[in-house]
Amino acid sequence: MIFESVKWDYDKNAKRNINVIVVMDGIEKTVPMDEDNMHYAEILKQVAEGTLTIKDAD
Amino acid sequence: MTSTLGIKKIQYPNGTNSITIDSSGSAAITTANITTANVTNATATGTITTPSINGSQIGGRRNIIINGAMQVAQRGTSQASISSAGYYTIDRFKINTNDAGVWTMSQETLSQSDTPFTEGFTKALKLDCTTSATPASNGTLQVQYSTEGQDLQQLCSGTASAKTLILSFWIKATKTGTNVLGGYQDDGGKSFGLTYTINSSNTWEYKTITIPANTANFIVNDATRGRIVTWYFSAGSNRTTGTLRSTWTAYATADEAPGQVNHADNTANNIHITGVQLEVGSQATAFEHRGFGEELALCQRYFSKINSIDVCTYYHTGGSAPTENFTYPQTMRAAPTCTLTRQAGDSYNLASINQRNITADSFNLYVVATSGNNTCAFGHNGNPATYTMEAEL
Repeated sequence: MIFESVKWDYDKNAKRNINVIVVMDGIEKTVPMDEDNMHYAEILKQVAEGTLTIKDAD
Repeated sequence: MTSTLGIKKIQYPNGTNSITIDSSGSAAITTANITTANVTNATATGTITTPSINGSQIGGRRNIIINGAMQVAQRGTSQASISSAGYYTIDRFKINTNDAGVWTMSQETLSQSDTPFTEGFTKALKLDCTTSATPASNGTLQVQYSTEGQDLQQLCSGTASAKTLILSFWIKATKTGTNVLGGYQDDGGKSFGLTYTINSSNTWEYKTITIPANTANFIVNDATRGRIVTWYFSAGSNRTTGTLRSTWTAYATADEAPGQVNHADNTANNIHITGVQLEVGSQATAFEHRGFGEELALCQRYFSKINSIDVCTYYHTGGSAPTENFTYPQTMRAAPTCTLTRQAGDSYNLASINQRNITADSFNLYVVATSGNNTCAFGHNGNPATYTMEAEL
């Protein structure tokens, strides 16, 4: 699974990251922080392997 | 021999097993087993009482596969230039590929000249090779179907009562020869590989494959992946130098697909599949046709769409951002990945759109305006937007 960009989605009201915004095949997607979500699970896997870094929110 | 005696009884010397025919013509057979190998057809005009057929339930839903008749294609009916893994057209069927050519996947409409059509199938999954290749060492082309663990508990995997499965499907391919049907169970990390042969080029053939029981490893009873069924169509040397495992064995890449022919070796090659049924037992039964609406609802647990979105709201300066709640057609397997597709010229006074509180049932949309005390909108001006939600395995 190839992520072209990955960054946190920060909720200013909740004052925490609530989703991950990714771009795949040029399309932006919002990935919830649910380990049963296949995209989030893959993000965690690639982060653990050291091949992916989640950037801070804009 | 014709007899006019009132009752005829044939009894085995053990005193228990017998066949009795009384004067009314009724027959009683008392035995532990009836060998039926010589019975081709049997017709009953009365009631048959039995606890199961083929080691599983008599009726109801037998087919574990969702969308086995390839009816539902929510993402679209055709996708060209496929060279990496993903879900593309037919719901629930994933293309797992890398370094094994370039393919177009489509939902094919069958006609009367297609044999499965005579069995009630009107659609098929089609793969069309558009760039040929000898697969790289780790290259592969596979069609995969994944099932949740909680939907496989009837297999009693990991116990002495573990059940065999039988997979049946129709396939047509340009390339003839040996093909591998593999399986993987996440809990235990076990796999198997069995072969079948495509005998005639571009000819529909019906295949059945018995999948062994796994008595060693439980399948966790939750919404995560329990097992994968994999049709291999191309496999590089890393995946073919081992030994094909006919029983559940610790997974090794080299054991995946020894002997697999390469369907990616010519741009004239096509692959067509339909009528996929996976059921408990060792005897394939007639395909369980389900209604389109029922099949769609089952698919929507893993992927769904909300079309025709037109949001127009009002933002008060200093107030909270306007929110909209979107509820999915079905409760999804997990909190889904959400993708918003918009058209040019669809917005007014719009700064940003954010998804909040994404759950398996719904999410909230926060719409932020550029300026306050004004309306803001997207999917507007006759340019509706679409949300897709994905919670595949």
